[in-house]
Amino acid sequence: MKQLSIGILGAAASVLAATVSFAQQPPVKIGLILPYSGQFADTATQMDNAIKLYVKQHGDSAGGRKIEIIRKDSGGIAPDVAKRLAQELVVRDKVDVLTGLVLTPNALAIADVSAEAKKFTVIMNAATSIITTKSPYMARVSVTTPMLNESLGSWAAKAGGTKRVFSMVSDFGPGIDAEEGFMRAYKEAGGQIVGSVRFPVANPDFAAFVQRAKDSNPDGIFAWVPGGVQPAAIGKALNERGIDPKKMKVMGQDALASDEALASQGDLALGIITVANYDHNLANKLNRAFVAAYAADYKRNPDFFSIGGWDGMHLIYEVLKKTGGKTDGEAMIGAAKGMKWDSPRGPMSIDPETRDVIEDVYIRRVEKVAGKLVNVEFDTIRSVKDPVKARMK
Amino acid sequence: MASESDSGAAFSPRNFLASRTRWHALEIVFWLSTLLPFVLVPDYLQLASQIAIAALFAISLDLILGFAGIVSIGHAAYFGLGAYTAGIVSKYGVSEPVVLLVLAAIVSGTLGYATSFIISRFRHLALIMITLGICLMLYEAANLTSWLTGGADGLQGIKIGPLLGTFKFDLYGKTAYAYALVVLFLCFLVCRRLIHSPFGLTLRGIRENPVRMPAIGAPSDAHIRKIYTIAAVIAGMAGAVLAQTTSTVSLEVLGFQRSADVLVMLILGGAGKLYGGILGSIVYLVARDQFSGINPQYWYFWIGLMMVLVVMYLPNGLLGGLEKLTRRWRAKS
Amino acid sequence: MAGILFDGFAYGMLLFLLSVGLSVTLGMMNFINLSHASFGMLGGYVTVTLMQQLGWPFLATLPAAFVISALVGMVMERFMFRRMYRATDLDQTLLTIGVVFMSIAGAAYIWGTVQQPVVMPDYLSGSFLVGGVNIARYRLFLIVVALVITLLMIGGLEWTRFGAQIRAAVDNQRMARGLGLDVDRTFSLTFSLGSGLAGLGGALAIAMVGLDPGFAFAYLIYVLIVVSVGGLASIWGSFVAASLLGICDMAGKYYVPQLGSFLIYLMMVGILMWRPAGLFGKR
Repeated sequence: MKQLSIGILGAAASVLAATVSFAQQPPVKIGLILPYSGQFADTATQMDNAIKLYVKQHGDSAGGRKIEIIRKDSGGIAPDVAKRLAQELVVRDKVDVLTGLVLTPNALAIADVSAEAKKFTVIMNAATSIITTKSPYMARVSVTTPMLNESLGSWAAKAGGTKRVFSMVSDFGPGIDAEEGFMRAYKEAGGQIVGSVRFPVANPDFAAFVQRAKDSNPDGIFAWVPGGVQPAAIGKALNERGIDPKKMKVMGQDALASDEALASQGDLALGIITVANYDHNLANKLNRAFVAAYAADYKRNPDFFSIGGWDGMHLIYEVLKKTGGKTDGEAMIGAAKGMKWDSPRGPMSIDPETRDVIEDVYIRRVEKVAGKLVNVEFDTIRSVKDPVKARMK
Repeated sequence: MASESDSGAAFSPRNFLASRTRWHALEIVFWLSTLLPFVLVPDYLQLASQIAIAALFAISLDLILGFAGIVSIGHAAYFGLGAYTAGIVSKYGVSEPVVLLVLAAIVSGTLGYATSFIISRFRHLALIMITLGICLMLYEAANLTSWLTGGADGLQGIKIGPLLGTFKFDLYGKTAYAYALVVLFLCFLVCRRLIHSPFGLTLRGIRENPVRMPAIGAPSDAHIRKIYTIAAVIAGMAGAVLAQTTSTVSLEVLGFQRSADVLVMLILGGAGKLYGGILGSIVYLVARDQFSGINPQYWYFWIGLMMVLVVMYLPNGLLGGLEKLTRRWRAKS
Repeated sequence: MAGILFDGFAYGMLLFLLSVGLSVTLGMMNFINLSHASFGMLGGYVTVTLMQQLGWPFLATLPAAFVISALVGMVMERFMFRRMYRATDLDQTLLTIGVVFMSIAGAAYIWGTVQQPVVMPDYLSGSFLVGGVNIARYRLFLIVVALVITLLMIGGLEWTRFGAQIRAAVDNQRMARGLGLDVDRTFSLTFSLGSGLAGLGGALAIAMVGLDPGFAFAYLIYVLIVVSVGGLASIWGSFVAASLLGICDMAGKYYVPQLGSFLIYLMMVGILMWRPAGLFGKR
């Protein structure tokens, strides 16, 4: 009898102790580095919107601990600033997780901090393959440029039915990666690249380059430009030179047919084919709910920056649940490896070997549905892994 | 030098210069206070080292802008060249920071010397646009040679060794700040000596009236070339320190934004006073850090407002305003 | 080749409209106004707002963009810039850069960071062939507008009284004041005219190069190049410089795309070294 009461007392005491320590556990601090100002400000807006929405829907605690987000502005491409912000987040604010990271140079710069301080890092957008190799505590939830463009390249030669493609890309990192990926896969699948040109990064006027494309008489054009003002500008330049996407295959990556680009071009854009890992038009239940909630709060549609933010938060929350609130780097990255879930973009998972994302990739065409221009998926490539890292093995 | 100097001792040229080089009490206090961050705000050492680098860059611009009257909106060319030199060479086995610093200084100095022949021949808008043009061309060149510079992704594979073989550049920024501070102080000493020498006086003469100077035997062009080269050397050193303390170099070290930022910091603090660049850097970077922490999206607005207010109510920069205040206060008492 | 000439010239006309105001005000008052491109941005946003919120047709928004930018320019000149005419070059630079920062943040706050979509009416879209050369309707429209404005300005300078006042103030301000000319008022009107033209240029630019809050900084460099290469206070100089810049930029990108913008900067430095006062500058 005495033993039982002591046992009950002991159990009650430990439960009480656990509750007290639970209540006294400090919040999990997440350092969010995004380009809130400067020319990439819109990407930060979209990503942050989704992050706020996730917290609103799922509450501000996970794994038994409260979540606190500390936001820092990188100002654009500024690896020294990003690195300093990451260091300050770790040293000054004592964050447990680093995330955000739209731009590749910034992501590469903070990799050192992630590795040295052993902090779980979630890349929400930056798309260059090698990023995740720079720190063993990094996981990515967005996509890599080769995943998209190699898929498009194979598709263009096979189901796409083109034989002679002219490639035109912006002359910097992501553009060159896109070109490499597309050309490699296209040639492997039997297609012929009839010419290529690279334009300066901040290029206001595409007329000269489009003329060059036309001169080489292709049956398809592959174009890559950074998001913002350029997709619409290149679309209009193509139209001015008489290139009709309905007749000649105009192909590119997601940003080429973003909402803003479509709104700016109007019907000129019909027929443009793009490859993407997410579109607000995807017809699954999760996405319909996501888009509705997003539009209700922010009066716009989410894009692939938003879904990166959403799934990034999801990963952090799920990892915390799995580790029971433990935030040391080893535990968190261990929990992240192999995690699978259904996202508004479709099924996705984190590759346990590379810590990079595995997801479905969609081929879409611009069509008019109910009087509005939308990207309609007509082909899906399942469970795509990053091909560059796969080849590095 | 003879008997006249006895009665009008204060007016002999040598005494005049000597009086200018004497250390003011405030100056000593200031330099001692730069050691405070180690003790008071050890979490902010990374920011402090960025400020020291910006201050060094601003001083190099002050030499040509404040003292020789050359308005340059492309000074980042030398800063960026120094940064890339330090970064690129570090990939090929040379990783000791001081060696890299010297190499960067030599390379930037060489470009500075070469361009000074062009710079010294022009004035006004043509000069301003040529300085801009040189920087823009260098930026494009760096972008086009991405096999060397890493292009828009930034330079990869930078290997910075420990300072003097022992002090590693760590997460907390202690070594970074100490290093940046020492380089800043040494270069400052050199500049101070330069400014308060006959050479420095000639420069000020050139700034006031470039046409008259050759008439009294001070060949403007040669002087301008000399100071421009020195300014390029120091800017290159600032760039190298940035590359070494952050182990990152990307195209923006050569960007228009960086040239514009240093110009803003210098004018904010007050040009032509050497300390103006330091003060301006501190105020601008601390304000930027604080504003962007409060409001990541619209902090630009408050910085812009601050700049407008400073210009309208403090015409000679913050330092000029402070000087006016102290003069008025002293006149009253 | 003819296609490149045409497209480049159209792009040049766009730059001309954005820059000509700065050339005249810089030449007249020596006031370094780096916020000039912000007025261009304002004009662009006026057009976007009128088209999106009020459903105005594109052509109707153009005069509105001009007028609103001109008015804002007049107000800013009266209350802020006028006090700074006797300030140093550096102070003017700092002041106007501060204004640029505020305008970028303000635009982001009011209109958001997103790129602004603007759909052109059908009669301004697409292209037609003339003797094997692809003529884009919008570019043709741009060229026509710019030429008309150039003729109006040159004519105005030569044959109106106000034009004579401007020329007097540019040539010798002290003398003009001495002869009883109200230089301040002349300058105020010229400044607002220049800002209005920039606004018009900005409105016309959207369809070709897009619009977002970064416009104010991005086009500043181009504007400075046109103004310095053309020569201060010279309408014809801005015209020639802008055309040259547009055509060479386009030709360079077509024939030697590897060099990118490098060619333009080299050209600018070369021209300035040969003619420091610009192609048609006076000093």
